[in-house]
Amino acid sequence: MELDPVFVARLQFAFTIIFHIIFPTFTIGLSAYIATLCVMWMRTGRERYRLLAQFWTKIFAVSFALGVVSGVVLSYQFGTNWSRFSVVVGNVIGPMIGYEVLVAFFLEATFLGVMLFGWNRVPPWLHTLSAIAVAIGTALSAFWILSANSWMQTPAGYEMRDGIAYPVDWLAVVFNPSFPYRLAHMVTAAYLTVSFVVLAVGARYVLAGRHLEHGRTMVRMAVGFAAIVAPLQLFIGDQHGLNTLAHQPLKIAAIEAHWDGDAPGELVLFAWPDEATESNRFAVTIPHGASLLLTHSWDGLFPGLKSVPPRDRPPVAPPFFAFRAMVGIGMIMILAGLTGVLLWWRSRLFEARWYLWPAQHAWWMGFVAVISGWIVTETGRQPWVAYGVLRTAEAASPLAANTVATTLVLFVLVYGVVFAIGLYYINRLIARGPQDPTLEPRRSGGAPTPSSAPGGHKILVETERRVPSEHVV
Amino acid sequence: MESYLPVIWAAIIGLAVAMYVILDGFDLGIGILFPFAETDHERDQMMNSVAPFWDGNETWLVLGGAGMMVAFPLAYSIILPALYLPVIFMLLALIFRGVAFEFRWIGVTSKRHWSFAFVAGSTLAAFCQGLILGGLIQGIKVENGAFAGSAFDWATPFAILCGLALVAGYALLGATWLIMKTEGSVATRARIEAKLLLLVVLGFMAIVSIWTPFAFERIAVRWFSLPNILFFWWVPAATLLVAFAAWRWLETGHEVLPFLATIALFLLGYLGLLISNFPYLVPPSLTIWQTAAAPATHIFMLMGTLVMLPIILGYMIFVYWIFGGKLREGEGYH
Repeated sequence: MELDPVFVARLQFAFTIIFHIIFPTFTIGLSAYIATLCVMWMRTGRERYRLLAQFWTKIFAVSFALGVVSGVVLSYQFGTNWSRFSVVVGNVIGPMIGYEVLVAFFLEATFLGVMLFGWNRVPPWLHTLSAIAVAIGTALSAFWILSANSWMQTPAGYEMRDGIAYPVDWLAVVFNPSFPYRLAHMVTAAYLTVSFVVLAVGARYVLAGRHLEHGRTMVRMAVGFAAIVAPLQLFIGDQHGLNTLAHQPLKIAAIEAHWDGDAPGELVLFAWPDEATESNRFAVTIPHGASLLLTHSWDGLFPGLKSVPPRDRPPVAPPFFAFRAMVGIGMIMILAGLTGVLLWWRSRLFEARWYLWPAQHAWWMGFVAVISGWIVTETGRQPWVAYGVLRTAEAASPLAANTVATTLVLFVLVYGVVFAIGLYYINRLIARGPQDPTLEPRRSGGAPTPSSAPGGHKILVETERRVPSEHVV
Repeated sequence: MESYLPVIWAAIIGLAVAMYVILDGFDLGIGILFPFAETDHERDQMMNSVAPFWDGNETWLVLGGAGMMVAFPLAYSIILPALYLPVIFMLLALIFRGVAFEFRWIGVTSKRHWSFAFVAGSTLAAFCQGLILGGLIQGIKVENGAFAGSAFDWATPFAILCGLALVAGYALLGATWLIMKTEGSVATRARIEAKLLLLVVLGFMAIVSIWTPFAFERIAVRWFSLPNILFFWWVPAATLLVAFAAWRWLETGHEVLPFLATIALFLLGYLGLLISNFPYLVPPSLTIWQTAAAPATHIFMLMGTLVMLPIILGYMIFVYWIFGGKLREGEGYH
């Protein structure tokens, strides 16, 4: 079988970036949550906020490490696998990645050290400040990398000379047309994702009757956040979609599986888009639905896939299905947030097992929605790597297919092992729950460990011995 | 102005690479020295001495890569495909090294496995970085502005020599870091290791210094033609002097000076390589001017770099200061 080097390179990039995006999504949201907890600890002086911050910081450390190591790979893949891309658009897109490193990566990575290891070394205000620095770092990182990605979707502020893109107007490059929408949508998605992880963990403790106080705090914070932000995300997503219709109509056509631009768009609830026959099979549709949503008029027209020859069309099935997965999860999130707030208002939130039980298993929802969203936007951009500037097929490095295939296999193996173990360890940290290292035997919230037991006593002695030595330094 | 921009950018990327080599050098060195620790307790101590810093240290590698893409996209697009396998293996090795920092503390029963991952990841990453260096010095085949060689062009005895040299060099950095940051049996052993490694590193530096002018005529011309030799003779002389001082300080029980001397040794070696290869970024054919990005790109990025780099250095020094002083036996941050 003859392997297509571009196809293998795409597969490798898709694999490494899908793996990577899980962790920034989590750490963007989680760093903001930890910073919030630190601020609340400072303002109220309540120990439970400090304990929660400590607990989530440990989980943050593991996911941040996974994010860093998988992210370093990406910063080199532009050169190893996509060298033509770097040559053609490097002048324009390079600085955005450069700025990401300068303003975000160093800030996050350096202050993470204080956040993780500074509990006994720095005063609380400096600790809180470090947590805020990390949260700002992650958000700034999102700013620049999404600016770079948005430029690939909606290039602006450049001119082509001899097949190379040159910058003309940096403001137009950075704030390209789709950037504000994509930034708002992604950062909101990260915060929402984490709110559902926090909800799941809190619900797990409440149901198990362990760490009750902390569990309840987490559930309340998460539900309140989701009830406001999940509906907001629907609005942001809608605006983002309208922006895409203006700049990348074919992506919308693929999302809606809309073949014929001369007829009003049907809202396709389900179908099997068939690229060979240029039609949908097994379609369940609401007539005029898509026209109404996208053009706000009953008979509104928008371009169909057939408006361009097949070689200029994106693949239809990936954006079509991924979009439905993303929106479906978004709807469930809205429902879950509003239901939770309603239960809270009626003071039944912690008795409603029918609500908490599914909630404790819902931690993955945000991640799947985010990955689906990226599949929509990246496959919908095809066949271009930089829309209208450079085709994906012309962006790859001059490498043999089997070289790339070999490293792809290695990436799959290594990431598979590391990811599985990382997930297992995060789960173990969650199972262990928030605990105060200086008050080890008296497990907060849960059943008290008998301190008369030999084990408990020993821990106490060890703790007492350790505390002073930590304060000396 | 425009002809100076690539020089300024070469200096910035040169700085990023030097920062990376020194800072992550001692992290990786600790991984390389890990197998020679006798107890798990000692290994904990070694790892704890770098745990708060490694993330920030590795970020200089990202700056090097991203900076290269911004400032010299053509060089970036030639070097990385040419050194594809060493680069990918380095990245994979860094994955194991990085996650080992976290996983080793959580996995109680699997601690041994993560210690091994830490050793293997650190050593392989160091070796691959040496291969990359060697592969670059010995030259890359370029046609029509693209890499035109094959997947194993880099695999030469010279590149392997550079790989081994860097492993030894990082181990020396790690050993002198441990002398400075730890106490007890770890520090004592590190002092013995450092002496041995200093001799090995000097040996490697001597071999590379003799090998390169013989194998590559451009390097011989650069060093030994007049008047160049009058300008450059002090580099090997200073290297010998610093090495001698490092040895004395190791003997007399200094705690900080051996580390600083090792850094000086690295910088002198680095300077030697710069003298050998400047202004080529893709030896032997492409210079920094031929591979530079558009001036507008250089200027836009330079504005941010001039503002951010001092800030980054400032807060990095601050964090090193927070975690300054010796890590006492049994003290950990976890």
